[in-house]
Amino acid sequence: MIRELANPTRFMSLSGALLPWVTGLAVLLLAVGLYLVWFVAPADYQQGETVKIMYIHVPAAWLSLFFYMIMASSALGTLVWRHPLADVSQKAAAPIGAAFTLICLVTGSLWGKPMWGTYWQWDARLTSMLVMLLIYLGILALWRAIEEPNRAARAVSILTLVGAVNVPIVKFSVDWWNTLHQPASVFRLDGPTIHTSMLVPLLIMAVAFTLIGVALHLSGIRTEILRRRVRTLNILEAERLDAQAA
Amino acid sequence: MTHTFFIAFSYILTALVILGLTLRAVIDHRAQVRALADLESRGIGRRSRRG
Repeated sequence: MIRELANPTRFMSLSGALLPWVTGLAVLLLAVGLYLVWFVAPADYQQGETVKIMYIHVPAAWLSLFFYMIMASSALGTLVWRHPLADVSQKAAAPIGAAFTLICLVTGSLWGKPMWGTYWQWDARLTSMLVMLLIYLGILALWRAIEEPNRAARAVSILTLVGAVNVPIVKFSVDWWNTLHQPASVFRLDGPTIHTSMLVPLLIMAVAFTLIGVALHLSGIRTEILRRRVRTLNILEAERLDAQAA
Repeated sequence: MTHTFFIAFSYILTALVILGLTLRAVIDHRAQVRALADLESRGIGRRSRRG
């Protein structure tokens, strides 16, 4: 399957057919999720209505890690398997992952003020998430700093794989250290500790966010393929004009 | 500030970021489609494929 998608023309055709369905499903699930969050899910007995922030904060945190894993897999695809679309996928994933990390940090901060009494605390989860945002910004800067796409892809791949060390730190920081941030309450060996009335809207919002992310990623890959075609044609034209002038 | 402020701010910011990502994707895609169509209308794509 991945080898079949190595052909950019085939990828453009398949993703072009898939994109409207993914987008439509994302919008539908987002509408259902928001309805459940605002009109069905109960207020928390301790947090009150502020628990509503959780329904966007948690999916954003998951997607931050999800897109980093996509970038790390694509980095391996670039360096090890030399898949022709791996670096394109990597480049398209970076701004989406960075945006979800930003959403996670800001909404977490906005939840923290009324619940903890502070916008920020240098605990392991919050700090490792901030490091994640800085890594994303570093990767975005490196893409812009190197003009030639293949050289940029190799440099970014190395940085991405080095930065992947932070992924398990983010995930397990609440278990490894004594943090103000609460431990995992959905993906646990003994099952979720959230009541179904809150878990269902949370999971629907998470799937909706994931589909939004996937739609943006597919769209980003398609745009990057076109950008590289434009770049190649411009270079060929410049070479042709040079040859004529010589 | 009330809790409503924090909730509303969170949702508005999330909506703006996702809307921004979507707009950026649409504008960038259209720009590349236009650039490619412009090059091909000048025969550059066809010539390079022959060459």
